[in-house]
Amino acid sequence: MTAGAVSADLKRRELNGSAIIAAIKASGIEFVLSVPDIVTSAGLLRPIAQDSAFRLIRVCKEDECIGIASGLSYCDKRALVLIQYTGFLDSLNAIRGVAVEYTQPICMMVGLLAHDPEKPPRQSPKYGVRILEPIMDDMGIAHHLINEDAHVVKIQPAIEKAYRESLPVAFLIGRRPSVDGGSSDDEEG
Amino acid sequence: MMKRDECFRLLARHIKDEAVVATYSSAVDWVGVAPRPLNYLSIGAMGLDSSHGLGLALGRPDKRVVVLQGDGSLLMNLGSLVTIAAAAPKNLVHFVAHNETYEANGGHPIPNRKVDFAGIARSAGYAAVYDFSDLKIFEQQVAHVLEQQGPVFAALHVEPSRPLKYDYLSLYDPAKRKAFKAAYMARN
Repeated sequence: MTAGAVSADLKRRELNGSAIIAAIKASGIEFVLSVPDIVTSAGLLRPIAQDSAFRLIRVCKEDECIGIASGLSYCDKRALVLIQYTGFLDSLNAIRGVAVEYTQPICMMVGLLAHDPEKPPRQSPKYGVRILEPIMDDMGIAHHLINEDAHVVKIQPAIEKAYRESLPVAFLIGRRPSVDGGSSDDEEG
Repeated sequence: MMKRDECFRLLARHIKDEAVVATYSSAVDWVGVAPRPLNYLSIGAMGLDSSHGLGLALGRPDKRVVVLQGDGSLLMNLGSLVTIAAAAPKNLVHFVAHNETYEANGGHPIPNRKVDFAGIARSAGYAAVYDFSDLKIFEQQVAHVLEQQGPVFAALHVEPSRPLKYDYLSLYDPAKRKAFKAAYMARN
């Protein structure tokens, strides 16, 4: 396969980043709270950082996002936590306390670093990815795999539901979202 | 060295319609001094006090938010100092009760009792930073501290307190969270 063909094949397999951002906007999200994640870095975080419709708060550690999002929810402000799955795992106690036990509307978009998007997360070659959905199931956290463009329509109703019912929700980003007119970041991060 | 509850009594004289985020020993002392719907006590995990306060401050820039955090709590979320300084909420005042112990967890010492929280906050980029160890000076300056454009940080060097009764069921009562939101969103 030529370099051009490889690039075209990669592009074809990417998620539509603009569509995901449009769905986030349509959900009324005003604040994006993030530690960079290499899967979503180029296709989501960079354009969000440039988009005046969002206020991006860059945090030092992912569990901060959970507290910030909770405080914002008391002000009827909607937030999206944009992190890597390792950050989700690192934040489990905060998610347990705030999102689950206090039933707060914490909306998380979680990039699956080094996952093989041709496989379901439970069969991922990465141990940390394989355990995500079982952990979320045990904690009663609704989760949606965003692995095809057709899945993007799940985002808005799930965020609406999370805020309507004051419950957490997680979106697992299985493929790298595309970059409109730009170049992707490297995979290692 | 000051006593935390004495500091809070002085602080309470100047608190009107601010949201006050307080947890663990600070929450017990604060609620003893100033029980009110605008107290935000349910942070869900140790260390998140400052992050909840940031969310409240960003969500309502027209309201003032006061965080009363313990030193052990802040050590679990030191990065929040950098995050808060960068987000730069003008309406956030962040107190840390530095009693050098994990008081709610048995009174064990924090890893470095002499850590300079004010110095860290200053380096992180807080707009105004204070360090109090004398109650009379704190009494003279507390109103001034609350009036500064944030984010404001103030370390309170206090003694470990008398044994406290931690009534977590009451502190974390879901009805209190509901009452807080109603009170916070009702203010105009």
